[in-house]
Amino acid sequence: MTPAGSLLAARDLRKAYGRTSALDGVDFSVHPGEVVAVMGPSGSGKSTLLHCLAGIVRPDSGTVHYDGHVLTAESDARRSALRRRDFGFVFQFGQLVPELTCLENVALPLRLNGAKRRAAEATAREWLGRLEVDDVHGKRPGEISGGQGQRVAVARALAVRPRVLFADEPTGALDSLNGERVMTLLTDAARDTRAAVVLVTHEPRVAAYADREVVVRDGTARELAGTA
Amino acid sequence: MSIGHTLLGLLESGPRHGYDLKRAFDEHFGQDRPLHYGQVYSTMSRLLKNGLVEVDGIEAGAGPERKRYAITDAGVTDVAQWLHRPEKPEPYLQSTLYTKVVLALLTGRDAAELLDTQRTEHLRLMRGLTERKRKGDLADQLICDHALFHLEADLRWLELTAARLDKLAQAVNA
Repeated sequence: MTPAGSLLAARDLRKAYGRTSALDGVDFSVHPGEVVAVMGPSGSGKSTLLHCLAGIVRPDSGTVHYDGHVLTAESDARRSALRRRDFGFVFQFGQLVPELTCLENVALPLRLNGAKRRAAEATAREWLGRLEVDDVHGKRPGEISGGQGQRVAVARALAVRPRVLFADEPTGALDSLNGERVMTLLTDAARDTRAAVVLVTHEPRVAAYADREVVVRDGTARELAGTA
Repeated sequence: MSIGHTLLGLLESGPRHGYDLKRAFDEHFGQDRPLHYGQVYSTMSRLLKNGLVEVDGIEAGAGPERKRYAITDAGVTDVAQWLHRPEKPEPYLQSTLYTKVVLALLTGRDAAELLDTQRTEHLRLMRGLTERKRKGDLADQLICDHALFHLEADLRWLELTAARLDKLAQAVNA
């Protein structure tokens, strides 16, 4: 069972790549509407943790519970379906389909979930507006700035109304001003929709947008006292 | 902050009473630390004595007389010089945190714990400032950003030091 109150929780996660241990007994949980920052130095295992929590990578041992499901026990097909329906993803860059317009990019996950074109594009347009990039709807990713592209990516991740949003260094490729705007829009929208957010970042100023912080060092996670 | 130069600068747009000066100061610069009336009047006395302001008029009222101050040419020159003189960057070479870390290592205490505790405090303040920024106007955002960038620099130092604790322990205990 998912621990009381939490939407997504991991217990004693372990994952190694060859002889290198990436996660060495990690516990983690996030509640609906909560933003948790996962921090730590490069190579500490924070991205592996995100991938295990999202069901992208299967841990060697340990469990991930999501809303009553044992995610780690589900089949690949079932985890894929869950990811498409319930999870949203924002990465540092390279996540938009270059051949599609921004509107089509945002509408894509909605279409994959079975929405009709018109409804998907109406929702996509609404989210582009919310992320303050409605003016780029007809452009392709190569024709817009990095900051605009990241806002489109956030719009795409949130348009499916995910219950958990996974953001891995979402502002890593942006200047301070654009990074701050993206974080404000992302956390505002996530809180409005009660989405839980797992935010991987090495930037303290980005982590300060979260409700609490978990530090991953050498494959173990630690919640700092009093950050809740 | 130089209160004298700031009050002088505020007088450049026109003469003001002490109360108006305090209000203008608090509106622009006193979000966290408003000026006391006593500070305004003692500063204005000093500026008056130094010929940087003059009394432009006195209004009699029910209470004490209200002086209206105007900036002099010498005052304008003084403000201009102050504005164009670069502030000396803080060298940050005398760090209490560094002292604490070294002392913890020298006395066999847990320096990593100390760094984590400090990190928590820094992030707590950063969260508060980020929240204030979200709700505030542009002035609030700029003031908070200044603090946030400095706190972030501290945090990076805390992280780097945590990663180098073993080496530092060897060095200080050698």
